[in-house]
Amino acid sequence: MKGRKWFPVIAASIVATFWAAQAMAAVEVQWWHAMRGSRGEVVDTIVKAFNDSQSDYKVNAVYKGEYDEVVNAGVAAVRAGKQPHILQSFEVGTQTMMLSGAVYPVYQLMKDKGYDIDWKAYLQPVLSYYMDKDGNLMSMPFNSSTPVMYYNVDLFKKAGIDAPLSKTDPVTWDQMGEMTKKLVDSGVPGGMVTAWQSWTQVENYCAMHDLPFASKANGYEGLDTELLINNPKQVNHIARLKSWMDDNRFFYGGQKYQGPKSEFIAQNAGIYIDSISGIAKLKDAVKDFKWDVAPLPVEAWMEKPQNSIIGGASLWVFKGHSDKEYEGVAAFMNHLARPDMQILWHKETGYFPITIGAYEQLKEEGYYKEDPYQEVGIQQLTRREPTKNSRGLRLGYFVQIRNIINEELELVWNGSKTPQEALDAAVARSNKKLREFESIYKQ
Amino acid sequence: MLRKRSYFDSKRLPYLLILPQILVTVTFFYWPAVQGLAQSFMLSDPFGLHSRFVLFDNYIRLFKDPLYLRSIVITLTFSASTAALAITTGLFLATLANRILRFKNIIRTFLIWPYAVAPAISGILWLFLLHPSFGVVAIAVKKYLGVDWNPVLRGSDAMVMVILASAWKQVSYNFVFFMAGMQAIPKSLIEAAAMDGAGPFRRFWTITLPLLSPTLFFVTVMNIIFSFFETFGIIHTVTQGGPGGATNILVYKVYQDGFIGLNLGSSSAQSILLMALIITITLLQFKYVEKKVQYTG
Repeated sequence: MKGRKWFPVIAASIVATFWAAQAMAAVEVQWWHAMRGSRGEVVDTIVKAFNDSQSDYKVNAVYKGEYDEVVNAGVAAVRAGKQPHILQSFEVGTQTMMLSGAVYPVYQLMKDKGYDIDWKAYLQPVLSYYMDKDGNLMSMPFNSSTPVMYYNVDLFKKAGIDAPLSKTDPVTWDQMGEMTKKLVDSGVPGGMVTAWQSWTQVENYCAMHDLPFASKANGYEGLDTELLINNPKQVNHIARLKSWMDDNRFFYGGQKYQGPKSEFIAQNAGIYIDSISGIAKLKDAVKDFKWDVAPLPVEAWMEKPQNSIIGGASLWVFKGHSDKEYEGVAAFMNHLARPDMQILWHKETGYFPITIGAYEQLKEEGYYKEDPYQEVGIQQLTRREPTKNSRGLRLGYFVQIRNIINEELELVWNGSKTPQEALDAAVARSNKKLREFESIYKQ
Repeated sequence: MLRKRSYFDSKRLPYLLILPQILVTVTFFYWPAVQGLAQSFMLSDPFGLHSRFVLFDNYIRLFKDPLYLRSIVITLTFSASTAALAITTGLFLATLANRILRFKNIIRTFLIWPYAVAPAISGILWLFLLHPSFGVVAIAVKKYLGVDWNPVLRGSDAMVMVILASAWKQVSYNFVFFMAGMQAIPKSLIEAAAMDGAGPFRRFWTITLPLLSPTLFFVTVMNIIFSFFETFGIIHTVTQGGPGGATNILVYKVYQDGFIGLNLGSSSAQSILLMALIITITLLQFKYVEKKVQYTG
């Protein structure tokens, strides 16, 4: 048989090819993320820049679905022993990830791999959300945003309100009351709407007014934390919004952003509170009126309002890989923090740059003169050093707690409960979840 | 004596033949179910690196939680309404379609179409109609009829919306079965009744409906199971269980607590209870309702 003769040769050459490829191939680093569409494209650009810049490592970025799907994929992978090197997880999952015992803290990784990083050169309110109580960075912040206030300049002018508002000094809630009144009086169906109510009206309200959201420094200093959002000031804020519902100065458009956003676009509301990352969407969608961005309102008694807190996600490194691979992970993390990458990320997605250097460079380039909207969020985020109340939230079962807060607020809006009753119930229900979470880790 | 030729002596062969089926069932049903059962007695972090055996704690906590009990009531209301609406509409349409003389096939095909729509898509479609901010029908209703329709804020409105979306999808399914059932009813019976002077309504009550009872029973069981489980996609796209938990049916709560909230212990306990509940309901239906069913025509 003729074929037989060639078989060993072919087999040997196949084996040789594979063996050579194996020896030459770069070390692969897997990264699972939740960025799709245009954000996903920016991720790919950043990864490509890294892969092209050297030949030792190759990062492989994979879109695994929405935040919760990515986290669940990570959970399943860890359980099966096939975890990726890097996993993007949303901010509310921070406590779960931190305590999981499955992660390699980023500060440790960078130190072990010989990167001497000056963490002070980073935007502190962004880092602080992902630090442990001693100030060690557990995960690398990736996409971070903060809520701001959008307003319809045309409707403001029609209602006789001075516009534009300051981009650095927030209006007070009393002024908000007057402005929304004027808007409604001038014939606008509603005054203000808000997206993500738990994040914007409770979590950030507490942070900016230096009120504790939860005991034990918002949970940073112990699992035996309890919610404190039924304090008189928070209750008063919710009660005020509820009273504004009577004359349409405030109305409820849903838990997420779709409802409120469409009310703002349809000019049914003159003011819309949402994440700064909504800028791009509004630029696309709004054609028939002029709008602008201002910092979130604060109380008149708060002379020096604190920084707002972030939302978004960070990159966690999983344990269980080889040293060589971790070198690649560290090199990639270092690459991410480079000013040019940060500037690209910020310009393309609207998420914050995480280093002060990148921010300064953007300022020098005059980027914020061209695009003044973007800076409102950064200035609001960095206007003070974070305190224990404004550096972030560290709660177990935080997703469920947010859900509880959303539910109870809805019961206020539809008149089933008074603000005090609802917030008391939110605290009591959340505390049960917190105790349950605590008992997992109390052996 | 005749001996059967096709007799296999082997004791093992039958087992070997059903092995593939058993393997599939064990892998995809029993194994996860047993894991769920085990998980329901544990408190653990999602990665499974810290777990504690807590016996019935997860169950006790659920029964002490007024919101869980409320979720059971919501689920029962939701399923009963969805099933009732979908069955009556399906039956009504089938009766009418059965009487049409022209374009029969075209009309039937159109009525079957919604069944091919995935629940999540059905939810989105209804959202585009009934969402207070961007729903076409909702805006019209508010503007011209002056109805204060707001499912984002009011629990009862939200309930109506998810029931409509779920029932709409299921109507086609019921329609197909009723249609087939009606075709099996001998024309002669109905014609005889008509000659005896029974009007269309009377004929329906005394002849069609009793003869349809096996179909009706089957469809009821299937509809209840559908509204317990498969409506997940509709709830997820339309209300996410809100407002204020007013449409948080059991299966959605399992997902919210387990998949999103990563509270696996409680979520597993809820799955087990949900399974127990649906088994009980189905058994009750077979025990009490099936007696009234006439299987012979």
